[in-house]
Amino acid sequence: MAETSMKSLVVEPLVNNNPVVVQVLGICSALAVTSSMSTTIVMCIGLTLVCACSSFIVSLVRNHIPNSIRIIVQMTIVASAVILVDQILKAVAYDLSKQLSVFIGLIITNCIVMGRLEAFAMKNGPVVSFVDGLGNGAGYSLLLILVGTVREIFGRGSWFGFELMPTVANGGWYEPNGLMLLAPSAFFIIGLIIWAMRSWKPALVEPNPFRIAANTRMQESY
Amino acid sequence: MEQLLSLFIRAIFIENLALAFFLGMCTFLAISKSMQAALGLAVAVVVVMTITVPLNNLVLHYALADGALAWLGPQFAEVDLSFLGLVSYIGVIAASVQILEMFLDKYVPALYNALGVFLPLITVNCAILGGVLFMVERDYGFAESVVYGAGGGVGWGLAIIGLAGIREKLKYSDVPAGLQGLGITFISAGLMALGFMSFGGIDL
Repeated sequence: MAETSMKSLVVEPLVNNNPVVVQVLGICSALAVTSSMSTTIVMCIGLTLVCACSSFIVSLVRNHIPNSIRIIVQMTIVASAVILVDQILKAVAYDLSKQLSVFIGLIITNCIVMGRLEAFAMKNGPVVSFVDGLGNGAGYSLLLILVGTVREIFGRGSWFGFELMPTVANGGWYEPNGLMLLAPSAFFIIGLIIWAMRSWKPALVEPNPFRIAANTRMQESY
Repeated sequence: MEQLLSLFIRAIFIENLALAFFLGMCTFLAISKSMQAALGLAVAVVVVMTITVPLNNLVLHYALADGALAWLGPQFAEVDLSFLGLVSYIGVIAASVQILEMFLDKYVPALYNALGVFLPLITVNCAILGGVLFMVERDYGFAESVVYGAGGGVGWGLAIIGLAGIREKLKYSDVPAGLQGLGITFISAGLMALGFMSFGGIDL
């Protein structure tokens, strides 16, 4: 992997190998925190930092970790990084950290972090792993920002709290779509994004394991 | 007693960990392909949550919270270790999963074989850590945390079994190529979440 360029490590996870919609990692937080842009951005920064830093540290000590306890060692490193982020957030933006409630803590079990540690940082040098962590964090952020934008604009008529479409309640014309603020809408939006991605890049389409044969002969149906 | 019962019902339906808080989504989407695997995972999650949530409750109240170390002696009464919370909780979860695995292997091999690879996977299931963090945030007592752990586990299990049932039926339907597999799973999970939202109106 040494010949892989730094650029491709950052660019690949943005679209072609996006951690959320292609590798299907880190869905939990992608769904839960996207109802407003400010929480989305904080979550993205937090995850990218944790992912990059813990990749770097794990990669530094990767030759000294016994294989049988590697999960616990990785967990401890990730958890320490998350505690740092959590404490900083509590000190700098207490209201936001209340809104995010448990989700900052849940970065520990975010599969993107663990997945990249297992798949990349355990086999590669520290600097490359750091860049890989940044790239995957950026891919995650891109998708979260997309989902967050759709949800906030259609659910509240605003973006980052700025009013884009004045809502009926404030004397404007836009009737906010309440569904967008509710949990299930994130499932639909990500499902549709996956559909769009796969129409754009047909290589990602999963083969149907149970193809239904075309009904060619009429007498077969009797 | 009545309060505990309503907490149990609330943890299963109204505050369903999978469908209302989106916790444990990675395993929720990945392991729900077949009913049998989903059942095994659901049982494992219920067992692990019922053990780890109360255990972490004890850790919090006797080791980490502000002044919790007072039982060691007056000089420890001022110690506040709550910033070590996250590391301790994940450590307790990882350790109890490991111990449970060894215990089952020795005494209940049938169940151990049935759960197979799912047991170690549970350490990184965010539903477990999520349950623990909610317990901490809402300041549950010991009895409440037992009930909340069990209820949260049952709720998550119910959701994954439901989704596995839907996906087994989906094999027979003609899904557009781009939505095949993952896409349609997301949309059906969304519809399930909508269904579960109707429990939200219940006032307990």
